[in-house]
Amino acid sequence: MMDLCGSRMSDSTGRPSDVEGSPEVRTGANDGRRFSPRVFAALSGGVDSAVAAVLLVERGFEVIGAMLRLWAEPRPGSARADTSDAPEAVDRARCVADWLNIPFYLIDAEEPFKVHVVDYLVAEYAAGRTPNPCVPCNRVIRFGLLMERSRALGAEFLATGHYARVRAVAGCYQLLRGRDSRKDQSYFLHTLDQQQLAHVLFPLGELTKGEVRAIARRSGLPVAEQPESQDICFLADGDYRRFLAHQAPHLFRPGPILDTSGQVLGQHQGLPGYTIGQRKGLGITAPEPLYVLAIEPADNAIIVGPAEEMGRDECLVEEMHYIDGKMPTVPFQATAQIRYRARPTPVTITPLPDRAAHVRFASPQRDITPGQYLVLYDGEIVLGGGVICESRQSML
Amino acid sequence: MTLPESRVYLDHSATTPVHPHVVEAMAPYWSECFGNSASSHAFGQAAASALEQARQTAADVLDCRPSEIVFTGSGTEAINLALWGVAWAARQSGRGNHIVTTPVEHHAVGRTVEQLHDLLGFEVTQVPVDGYGRVDPSDVAAAVRPGTVLVSVMVANNEIGTVQRIFRIGRVCRERGVLFHTDAVQAAGRIPLELDEVNVDLLGLSAHKFYGPKGVGLLYVRRGTPFVPPITGGAQERGRRPGTVDVAGAVGLATALRLAEGERVAECARLRPLRDRLIEGVLESIPDSRLTGHPVHRLANHASFAFRGVEGESIVLHLDLEGIAASSGAACADGEPNPSFVLTAMGISPDWGIGSLRLTLGHNNDAADVARVLEVLPGIVERLRASG
Repeated sequence: MMDLCGSRMSDSTGRPSDVEGSPEVRTGANDGRRFSPRVFAALSGGVDSAVAAVLLVERGFEVIGAMLRLWAEPRPGSARADTSDAPEAVDRARCVADWLNIPFYLIDAEEPFKVHVVDYLVAEYAAGRTPNPCVPCNRVIRFGLLMERSRALGAEFLATGHYARVRAVAGCYQLLRGRDSRKDQSYFLHTLDQQQLAHVLFPLGELTKGEVRAIARRSGLPVAEQPESQDICFLADGDYRRFLAHQAPHLFRPGPILDTSGQVLGQHQGLPGYTIGQRKGLGITAPEPLYVLAIEPADNAIIVGPAEEMGRDECLVEEMHYIDGKMPTVPFQATAQIRYRARPTPVTITPLPDRAAHVRFASPQRDITPGQYLVLYDGEIVLGGGVICESRQSML
Repeated sequence: MTLPESRVYLDHSATTPVHPHVVEAMAPYWSECFGNSASSHAFGQAAASALEQARQTAADVLDCRPSEIVFTGSGTEAINLALWGVAWAARQSGRGNHIVTTPVEHHAVGRTVEQLHDLLGFEVTQVPVDGYGRVDPSDVAAAVRPGTVLVSVMVANNEIGTVQRIFRIGRVCRERGVLFHTDAVQAAGRIPLELDEVNVDLLGLSAHKFYGPKGVGLLYVRRGTPFVPPITGGAQERGRRPGTVDVAGAVGLATALRLAEGERVAECARLRPLRDRLIEGVLESIPDSRLTGHPVHRLANHASFAFRGVEGESIVLHLDLEGIAASSGAACADGEPNPSFVLTAMGISPDWGIGSLRLTLGHNNDAADVARVLEVLPGIVERLRASG
């Protein structure tokens, strides 16, 4: 039955039988529907999730459309919190579900999203780090709350429109990069565990964005021409600096911009406006281009330096998670991505106590950024990852 | 989406199907007798005649004068007209700055009173409710003070079905010389509304709650009630609700109201035992479950429950997948993360308050539907608790 779903490749042994606790598949009472696994398709109002749902319906699953109601910033001038993009996105998702003739449920996640994603974002900037809100959102909200909810509603699988693949090999699930390397979203999914991978479907994993658009047009999907969504979904205008200035004005204390010898070169307008590797907008005239090397919340200072001072070949990573569920005990080699769009680079990982790890890069990296996730790969297989907490240049 | 035929609809407090006789009565007023009821020519006269007949029909049912009836665009609009109309009149005359209401009113009242407070500076007293969501009329009497212009207490609660002591509250208001508004949206067709008997000055209704069309409501304004229209325009509805009147809608509302009142006693007698079987069956078969609202003084078609530690929203989705349409609390409150404000006001703790389920019966329901709920609901709650 699993070969119905192209994103879900099985080895010769087929699907492992370790999906314990999964409720028996029901047909849904007193209706004439086929006996087929029930899938919750997470809809966002965009093209990708809609095409994922189309493919599932075509493959004969009993598909239920679900959308998360998330916290969204009130738009300027509106009194209530539910007036960002969200209502239009909900309308589009509902429209897709209606067009597919599947049920559609809006699942409330406003409060946990505010706590685990929005407040996290603010707290990370307050600590001088550059957060990635999509990772905790996937971990806690999408593949946490929504998956629990879909399982409770008798769904065998939760499907999303992510460009990533899942493969079962000898009783263990692997997470792989999406086939379309330009759209690959496995970076955001590196916190998934075996239990979650047993119950996810990524119908777009084998497809390119172009193919997805083509399917959308061919099938006449009402959202076929919907543009790509913006980076941070809960902002009214996509400007996180303005958002932070509004939500946490205390973070915007002007302070010194220093060079590596401690000499003051200028003044910054508050730490959250800066990220590691940033060159533009420093407001300093210098003979050579200067880059942000470090953010020091203790001193409310930004450290800058020329390009040759930027390289770092070591970093410390915390909260390491391994997809196979096994914590390594000895050093090993892998490739690492230090940001979503970063090029994979060879590293040596040395496991440390308390789920930490030391990472040595084969060559110095220019923008290892505390708060971002370091995700480990073996070729196209995602091994896991953790959050970067500090970097340095080895003296060896 | 298209609906499978075998679905069970148990959400009649959210809305009802339009009665075939109502559809039939409305039919001539779309394309055939389409005139503007304010026009002086034959087309207008025909429309005006239909409109005034509808008004007369509604007045007969409600036991009031036709001139006291204002057709509106919804129950919410009727309630807004009532509250704003009285508030503006109080501002105009300079008499009074205080409103008495309850914490269990529908948002149409609750949010409007909030706005009257925020925008016009009215002071608001919320009379407490007991564990069944009922107001003690003597508390209303105690809350009324010099400067009180309006008391607003609903007839029956949408979420918990509890019926208030409207006659006694009306008497209190009359004795104290204070206007009394009641939200009767859930009550029409379910409990008697003889306005000559109740000391009500303003009352709002919504047609789609009693097998009439959506998009039409009714406001009763007792003759002599100080009222400044909050919307302005033409002279329709005696200037109390300017805007071209939806004649088909008014005819639909009046027809539905007449039908509902005509069958009220028999239909309530039919539904009450079904409701009681439902309540009994749920409480017997599901541990840690309770009825919310009053066990006796409740709408004949209304059963509402709380289940400890289970989200009502999840139960609703499960039931939907089993082909049963229900609601967690009020339809408009679906998706709200917090425990229902109604249950909170009744002193029900949050671990119970998130687990509220409303099943409201109507025309098409029979004992088999109740049996179907009792067959699937215990398993759903059990599974949700196990997965919780």
